[in-house]
Amino acid sequence: MTKSKSGTLRDLLPALPLAALFLVGFVLPLTVLGALSFFQSPEFTELGFDQYRRFADDGLAFSILADTLLIGAEVATLSLCLAYPLGLVYLAAGPRLRTILTFLIMLPLLTSTVVRTFAWIVILGREGIVNSIMQALGIWDQPARLIYTWGGLILALTQIQLPLMALPLINSLIRLDPTLPKAAEGLGASRVRVFFTVILPLTRPGAVAGWLLVFAAASTAFITQSLIGGGRIILMPLYIYQQAVGEQAWPFAAALSLIFTAAVIAVVVAVDRLGKDRTAARTARLKAEAAPAASADAGIAAMVSLKPEQADIGRPNA
Amino acid sequence: MERAHGHRLTLTGIEHHFGATRALEAISLDVAPGEFVALLGPSGCGKTTLLQIIGGFIVPDAGAVQLDGRHVEAVPANRRGVGMVFQSYALFPHLSVFENVAYGLKARGERRERVAAKVAEMLALVQMQHFADRRPAELSGGQQQRVALARALAVEPAVILLDEPFSALDKNLRLDMQIEIKRLLNGYGVTSIMVTHDQEEALSMADRVVVMNHGRIEQIDTPEALYDRPASLFVNQFIGHANLIGGTISSTGDIRLSAGYDLVLSPRQSAAAQPGSRVLVSLRPENLKLVPTATPGALQARLTAVLPLGGTEVIEAELASGETVKIHRSRTAQSDRPRPGAAVGLAITDLSSIGVFPAPPT
Repeated sequence: MTKSKSGTLRDLLPALPLAALFLVGFVLPLTVLGALSFFQSPEFTELGFDQYRRFADDGLAFSILADTLLIGAEVATLSLCLAYPLGLVYLAAGPRLRTILTFLIMLPLLTSTVVRTFAWIVILGREGIVNSIMQALGIWDQPARLIYTWGGLILALTQIQLPLMALPLINSLIRLDPTLPKAAEGLGASRVRVFFTVILPLTRPGAVAGWLLVFAAASTAFITQSLIGGGRIILMPLYIYQQAVGEQAWPFAAALSLIFTAAVIAVVVAVDRLGKDRTAARTARLKAEAAPAASADAGIAAMVSLKPEQADIGRPNA
Repeated sequence: MERAHGHRLTLTGIEHHFGATRALEAISLDVAPGEFVALLGPSGCGKTTLLQIIGGFIVPDAGAVQLDGRHVEAVPANRRGVGMVFQSYALFPHLSVFENVAYGLKARGERRERVAAKVAEMLALVQMQHFADRRPAELSGGQQQRVALARALAVEPAVILLDEPFSALDKNLRLDMQIEIKRLLNGYGVTSIMVTHDQEEALSMADRVVVMNHGRIEQIDTPEALYDRPASLFVNQFIGHANLIGGTISSTGDIRLSAGYDLVLSPRQSAAAQPGSRVLVSLRPENLKLVPTATPGALQARLTAVLPLGGTEVIEAELASGETVKIHRSRTAQSDRPRPGAAVGLAITDLSSIGVFPAPPT
C-alpha cells in the first residue's frame, strides 16, 4: 500500500505534543549532560576525556556502579520469586477475589514512594515495629540494626517495586491457555514439573518484562536508596547527587550519569534478548489468537501500561 | 492388532454438585475393554463434568470410578493413567512434536532410548513421523489432532478421553479424521470415551452412545437402537429428526391421531399408555411416503415446501390438524417434483418403528 508523505505526516500530528515534551524533557538534558561530561574541570574551560578516565581509574566509582546493578538484579529476582506464587494464586482465584487482588496489587502504586519508604523506616528503625516486638517478646536483647543495611534496602525496594513485576507477570499468566497445565498434569507431570516445563517457559515474556521494569526502577530508586541506605550504602543515584550538588563536580557527575544510564540500558537489552527468542515470538503469535480476557484481567492488562512512568521515579538527577 | 491396550472402566452412582446446582446424578456406566463409548447431550448436560471426573480433574461428591475393578476416585489426574485429548488439543506451543509426544514419558522418568523408541512408534502410528521437529503452530488442525492423540497414547493410558475432538476441524476434514481416529483407536484396542454434542459424530464413531440430559443418563445403547427405539421423548427428539403428532389412546388401545387417523399398535408400543391419555407419536421423516390422496387410509396433507438436497429431498407438509411433518426421500433426475400447495396423501411405511410417548403436561 502506498501512502503520500503529507498523509503520513498528518497521521503523526497527534504525537507532536508528546514528542516536544520528550525532546525538551529528555533528549535536551541528556545532550547537555553529554556535553558537560567532556569538560576537563568544573571550570568548564578545556574539553577532553578526563572525566571518563577518572571513572576508569577510580575503583570506588566502579564498585558503586557494580553494587547498584547488583541491587537492581537482586531486587528484580526476589520480586520474580515472590510474584510467581502471587500470580498462581490470582490465576486460581474466582472473579471476586481477582478484583480484590488487583486492587491490593495496585494499591502501592497509588501512594507516593516517599510515603512507602517512610513506612519502611517506621518498620525497620532502631525503635521500629520489628525491634519493639522482638524485644517485647524477649527474643532479642537489644535492637538489631535492620535499617541502613543491604538486606533492609533489598526488602524495602522489593516491596515498593513488586507491582511492576506482578502486573506484567499476571498479564502473561492469564493469557496462558489453562488446558496446557491440565494436559501436562494428565500426562503424569507433578505440579512442580508442570510449573518448570509449561508455565515458566510460556510466561517468560511477562517475567522478563517485569524483571526489567523492577531492575530499572530499583537500581535508579534515588529516594528509597537514600532514605533506607541512610548514607551508609552509597549507590549510583546518591553518588551522582553528591558529586553534582556536594562537590560541585558537574562534569564528573555528568559522565557518571551517562555511564550509569548506558550500563542499565546494556543490562536491559541483554536480558530482553533472553525473552525475545523464537519461542517467545511464536507464543506471542499464538496468544494474540487467544480469547479476550475477563474484566478483572483487562484491568491488570490496562495497568501494565502504567509501568514506564513508575520506572521514572528516582531517576538520577545529576 | 491385539486387544491388550483395553481396560474396563466402571462408574457407579456418580453424583456431583457445583455449589447448589446438581451437575450429575446417579450416573452408572460399564465400559468394556477396548470399547468406544460416546457421551452425547446438549451443552450443560454434565457430559464434560463426567469426563473430568473420569480423568481425575474433578473428584465427584459421591460414587465410584473403577479401572479394572480398582477404585481410583481419589487418585489425582497425574497418577491415574488416563489419557486426555483436549478440544483445543492443548499441545505445548514451545515444544516440538517430538517433545510433545515425549512429555508424558519424560514425566514418568523413562530412559532416553525408551522415550525415543516410544515416540517414534507413536508418531508412526498417527503417520506424523516426518513432522517430529515441527512446532504445533506449524501444523494443520488435523495434524495437531493426530499429535495430541499420539501424545495421549504414548503413556499407555488405561482409558483415553476425547473432549469434543472434532469441533475445531472444518467440515470436510472432520469426516476423514473421524474415520481415521476410529480405525486407529479400534486397531490399537484402547478403551475410549468421547464427549460430543454432535449426534452424527457420536452415532458414526461409537460402539455405544450414552445420551445425557440435565445431569442424568437418558439411554445407553448402540447407535442403531438409539435411533430405532429411543427410550424417551428427549432421546427421540435429540437423535435425528422426529415428526411429533398428538393423539389419544382409544378404549381398544389404539391411537386416534388429532389429524384424524387411527393407528393400530403392537403391545410393546402401547404398553405404558392408559386409555384416554394423551400421547405424542413420533414418525421418522423416512418412515413417511407420498401417496395419491385417494389411497385408502392415507393421511390427508398439503405440501408447504420442497427442498432438493442433491441425492435426497426434504418435503414439508401440513396435516389437517395444522401439525407439520417432514418427509425424507431419495431423489433422482427422473423424480417428479411435487409443487408446494398441492394436496397429497401420506402413508406410513413401517408401523412397527413408530415411537409412542406420553404427552408432556401443557
